[in-house]
Amino acid sequence: MSSLDSALIEVNQLDASYGDRQVLKDINLTVNKGEILVIMGGSGSGKSTLLKNMLGLMKPAAGEILINSMDINSVNKSELLKLRRTMGVAFQGGALLSSMSVGDNIKLPLRQHTDLDENTISIMTRLKLELMNLAGFEDLMPSELSGGMLKRAGLARAVIMDPKILFFDEPSAGLDPVTSVELDQLILELRKAMNMTIIVVTHELESAFTIADRIAVLFDGEVVITGTVDEIKNCTDERVINLINRSPRKVQIDGEKYLSRLTKGAK
Amino acid sequence: MFRLIKLIGSSTILFVEELGRFTDFLYQVIKSIFSRPFGGRDLIKQLEFIGARSMSIIILSGLFTGMVLALLFYSVLTRLGSVDLMGSAVGLSLIQELGPVMAAIMVIARVGSSTCAEIAIMRNEQQFDALTCMAVNPYRFVMVPRFLAAIISVPLLTAIFNVVGIFGGYIVGVYLKGLSGTLYLQNLIDKIGWEELRMSVIKSFVFAVIFIWISMAKGFFVHFEKGVSGAEAVSLVTTKAVVASAIAMLFADYISNSFLI
Amino acid sequence: MKKVSLEFVVGLFLIVGLSAIVYLSVVVSGISGFGSDGYQLSAKFENSSGLKRGAVIEIAGVKIGQVESIELDSETQESMVWMSIDSGVEIQDDAVASIRTAGIIGDKFIKVSTGGGDPLVDGDEIIETEPSISIEELVSKYMFDT
Repeated sequence: MSSLDSALIEVNQLDASYGDRQVLKDINLTVNKGEILVIMGGSGSGKSTLLKNMLGLMKPAAGEILINSMDINSVNKSELLKLRRTMGVAFQGGALLSSMSVGDNIKLPLRQHTDLDENTISIMTRLKLELMNLAGFEDLMPSELSGGMLKRAGLARAVIMDPKILFFDEPSAGLDPVTSVELDQLILELRKAMNMTIIVVTHELESAFTIADRIAVLFDGEVVITGTVDEIKNCTDERVINLINRSPRKVQIDGEKYLSRLTKGAK
Repeated sequence: MFRLIKLIGSSTILFVEELGRFTDFLYQVIKSIFSRPFGGRDLIKQLEFIGARSMSIIILSGLFTGMVLALLFYSVLTRLGSVDLMGSAVGLSLIQELGPVMAAIMVIARVGSSTCAEIAIMRNEQQFDALTCMAVNPYRFVMVPRFLAAIISVPLLTAIFNVVGIFGGYIVGVYLKGLSGTLYLQNLIDKIGWEELRMSVIKSFVFAVIFIWISMAKGFFVHFEKGVSGAEAVSLVTTKAVVASAIAMLFADYISNSFLI
Repeated sequence: MKKVSLEFVVGLFLIVGLSAIVYLSVVVSGISGFGSDGYQLSAKFENSSGLKRGAVIEIAGVKIGQVESIELDSETQESMVWMSIDSGVEIQDDAVASIRTAGIIGDKFIKVSTGGGDPLVDGDEIIETEPSISIEELVSKYMFDT
């Protein structure tokens, strides 16, 4: 909250829940212009839910999300659509439309939102494909690509409109180490080349430490700490230390409950 | 006893919720028909999938239905000495009832199931989220071409079914049972009026709306299914979509019969 | 071999489907109904129960036209039937129109037995008619007569 003028995204006192189960509690988060913020946390920490809320795909139970000082849940529809054209989202599995070729997928935002002629669209698409090391894969169907290629194609589609904000869900999940390092480099290059603000959701420490300007650590639906890489590394919070050292969660075993769980249903 | 009441109560609530979701879905689809840009290319693709590729099974099933009808009516009508009525018996059964219903069932089995599964998988792979984030209306982009293709294709397929069925009846009646061909057609021409044909078209149109609506919405809301996810959820909603489409279609058939006859 | 294009397949489907609809419409309107090459005659029946629009009109077992409309003549409380007769068929002013049934459950049709008078023209009326024969009436007639 220190430099309000450069804050691009603000999340204020956000609560979110699925039915009766509350997954996010009182989240406060700021993303500054031009920075790479990594939202990190183990599985079930609520990081995907936080992303969904920031994208406006899910309505929060309480709190607000401001992008460009507009509350995305109360702003009118045409403003929201305009806002979305300045945002790119790379989904975990690429989320390419399975009925279209890779090229058509990447061209889709341009075809839908611009009046550019087909030649320009093709050139822009090839440009982005080159950037993602996917040159020549234009005419393949998404089902013919590997997981890493799908992710990169999804990224190409996310940046085709040169967005100001890029969201990236789990860039390295399910990838081999080499490909995952390549993707990290790509993210850094993108920021350098296009001056994007990038929000990355991941559970990979290495990748987070490589790319992040700041990291927000999520644990059981709460932000434990937000800070630079060094601040996270020097954090004294037990949960963060455990996450960094990859030590398993310490579960307090209650003898009686444990016994009753094991013997449940037995006579 | 208490558990039973609780079960009835909770499933009623679930049903009403689903009905609400589905109604909103249909409203969004119809509203999106009029929004630009219009996906002409996608409409042609869906016309090919729903209409053109259904032609072979429609022709086959229509032919056999007509032939079976002719056999049945032949055995009944000869006993009553009214074999002259063969043409109108086959024609009226086909045009008023069996044509729309059988064609719809064939299309539900072929198109309803695959449409539902495809949309459910798109949902699982976050393709709708991706469209929303790209500021592309998923209703317009994915649903409208399928919806329009279905309501164009099913009445045409029903008409093909009817014509082929009448021809099938002709084969059995005239070539196998030795009736007069002109009598068969003359009786058909005399007895079938605009009301019957209009009813056939209205019915097939209504059936098309029902089946494509249910199939798409079931797939679109796959993440609302309780206790299942992934491939299991897709297979569950696909089964449900086919069963629900067929039952809703037959129910609508009864309603339209009681209104239109 | 050249691959069949999407547009061709869809176009073919639309042509087949639409021609099916056109065929059905032709069946409905009746092949003979084209060009309205006929003339109209009317006839009043005491009872036209079971007779429907589109019913056949025959002379000696040959179809010569069909029933166009059936309405109630409010003056005489009789059934007024308008018939469309194929052109080229002559019906004389002393012809008799009677409603008959084909088979036990068969349809009602109008049988016209010709006479020897002057031919009727468009808009004329066949004066002499025999109503639908109802089995109940026949039975009761015999019971009361004997």
